[in-house]
Amino acid sequence: MNWSWIPRNLDRVAELTVQHLWLALLPVLLGLIVALPLAWLATRARVIRTVLITVTGLLYTVPSLALIVMLPLVLGIGILNPLNVVVALTIYTVALLVRSIADALDAVPQAVVAAATAMGYTPLRRFVAVELPLAVPVTVAGLRVAAVSNMSLVTVGAIVGLGGLGALFTDGFQRDIPAEILTGIVLVLVLALLVDVALLAIGRAVTPWTRAGAGARA
Amino acid sequence: MIEFRGVTKRFPDGTVAVDELDLTVTDGGITVFVGPSGCGKTTSLRMINRMIEPSGGTIEIDGTDVMSGDAAHLRRGIGYVIQQAGLFPHRTILDNIATVPMLLGWSRAKARSRAGELMEIVGLAPEMAKRYPSQLSGGQQQRVGVARALAADPPILLMDEPFSAVDPVVRESLQDELLRLQAELSKTIVFVTHDIDEAVKLGDKVAVFRTGGVLAQYDEPGHLLARPADDFVDGFVGRDRGYRGLGFLSADGLPLGALETVRLGSPAPSGDWTLVVDDADRPQGWLAGRDRTDGAPVTAEHLVPGGSLYDVTSGSLRSALDAALSSPSGRGVAVDADGRVVGSIGADDVLAALATARAAA
Ligand SMILES: Nc1ncnc2c1ncn2[C@@H]1O[C@H](COP(=O)(O)OP(=O)(O)O)[C@@H](O)[C@H]1O
Ligand SMILES: [Mg+2]
Repeated sequence: MNWSWIPRNLDRVAELTVQHLWLALLPVLLGLIVALPLAWLATRARVIRTVLITVTGLLYTVPSLALIVMLPLVLGIGILNPLNVVVALTIYTVALLVRSIADALDAVPQAVVAAATAMGYTPLRRFVAVELPLAVPVTVAGLRVAAVSNMSLVTVGAIVGLGGLGALFTDGFQRDIPAEILTGIVLVLVLALLVDVALLAIGRAVTPWTRAGAGARA
Repeated sequence: MIEFRGVTKRFPDGTVAVDELDLTVTDGGITVFVGPSGCGKTTSLRMINRMIEPSGGTIEIDGTDVMSGDAAHLRRGIGYVIQQAGLFPHRTILDNIATVPMLLGWSRAKARSRAGELMEIVGLAPEMAKRYPSQLSGGQQQRVGVARALAADPPILLMDEPFSAVDPVVRESLQDELLRLQAELSKTIVFVTHDIDEAVKLGDKVAVFRTGGVLAQYDEPGHLLARPADDFVDGFVGRDRGYRGLGFLSADGLPLGALETVRLGSPAPSGDWTLVVDDADRPQGWLAGRDRTDGAPVTAEHLVPGGSLYDVTSGSLRSALDAALSSPSGRGVAVDADGRVVGSIGADDVLAALATARAAA
């Protein structure tokens, strides 16, 4: 195998890495922003919840390649517009997060919610100050799954020419450069691992109470 | 003053939880709602701070209908201690207690310093401030719950079975502490429990509910025990109510009999039963006639353990009678506030005093 490909193409690899991160992580952020109010809606009424969970569940089963090919038609944009990947991955992220955040909100003990109401929280303030923080551990777990799976889903976009590290696979195959393909695979794995560890660390930093050891209960 | 006028709560499924409730909660005392599970106590309590809205009738606090203003604003002015504490798991103890002051817009520093004061008032060690609720025992969590409810100094405190989830020993000490706090703070407290013993212990007035949300009797605890309004209340008040009722009759003026005592280490006198005391005249136990030491000094080995003591400064007829019944000699030991023996009491004297109290009532 000819390793000299790597030093000769460092600039391009760096550029694709940055692009890959953007394409994978921007949808995680957008997905979270969309999923939070939807999850809140889901806890308001059984019917809304059933509809939301069913629809997002169905969305998750649409094959990623099909979504990336279809979206330009729906959005009226060119197939090579990066927005295409961003929207597709945002949809997956929302589908993944709505259910778990809704479950986490439902798991907030009734006594805690009742106490917050009795203290004089308005419903919106209570959601932000009490229910949402208590849903953070589950939400972070969902974000980690979404971020890692987006890392690999971005490579699908490369099949239709949308860039990211997947471009190293397609290019490497076409021009038969094993070092290029291997670089792509290793970088995707390393990025996924780094992002996962980073999210884990952020999650722990913002939920100190989950690590407070339980004392004697009388 | 909290006034229920013809208050009814019918839930959407048709359950009538509270039926035509008329009741006045007076200021500065503990009013207890008691009754079997499902009789509408929690529903009645939660209608005071609008966590549940009545379907008929009105509830007024100091003449203002609770339904007239903003619900969140109303609730910030009413302390609420929930069953199972309901502390916020993600906030430290200090920040849990600072909740309502923060909602009222106090600065964080002022709210936290107030929270620190409250920790001291309810008997929580300062090092608990930085802990999270999961690191506290059930009894400590309830103290935090009480501190949190008191933080903004609301005139009214609602408490829903606050002590029912802790073990009997801790419960007893939490009850005593509530009484001590109340003696200092004089809040208007509405306290819900299913435990009649807790109700008569804590209540200045007790409202007994029957299933279906109907008020069966609203009375002072002594009256409740002495004169239950009907068979339901009689059955609910439970066994031994005659004896427990003695707890609400003052033993003032109960005649004390003489009592022969001997110091530990002194030669024992002759006679049937002699009370042995220490150098400060505090009772140590009894010396039985058959164990007479024939002039040798009395030592701890000779002693028969004594019964309960009757404190003449604060005792009730119940404590006087119990002192007599539990004493091996048949004569109860009366002590003063410092625990010094001042005389003896017989069961006959208590019964005579009871007859006098009845005749006077
Ligand atoms: N949200 C509700 N919907 C329907 N019925 C309810 C609701 N809340 C309470 N109930 C019913 O109202 C009655 C009184 O309940 P509650 O006030 O909680 O009783 P308690 O506190 O005395 O145990 C019970 O029969 C209970 O099942
Ligand atoms: Mg209840």
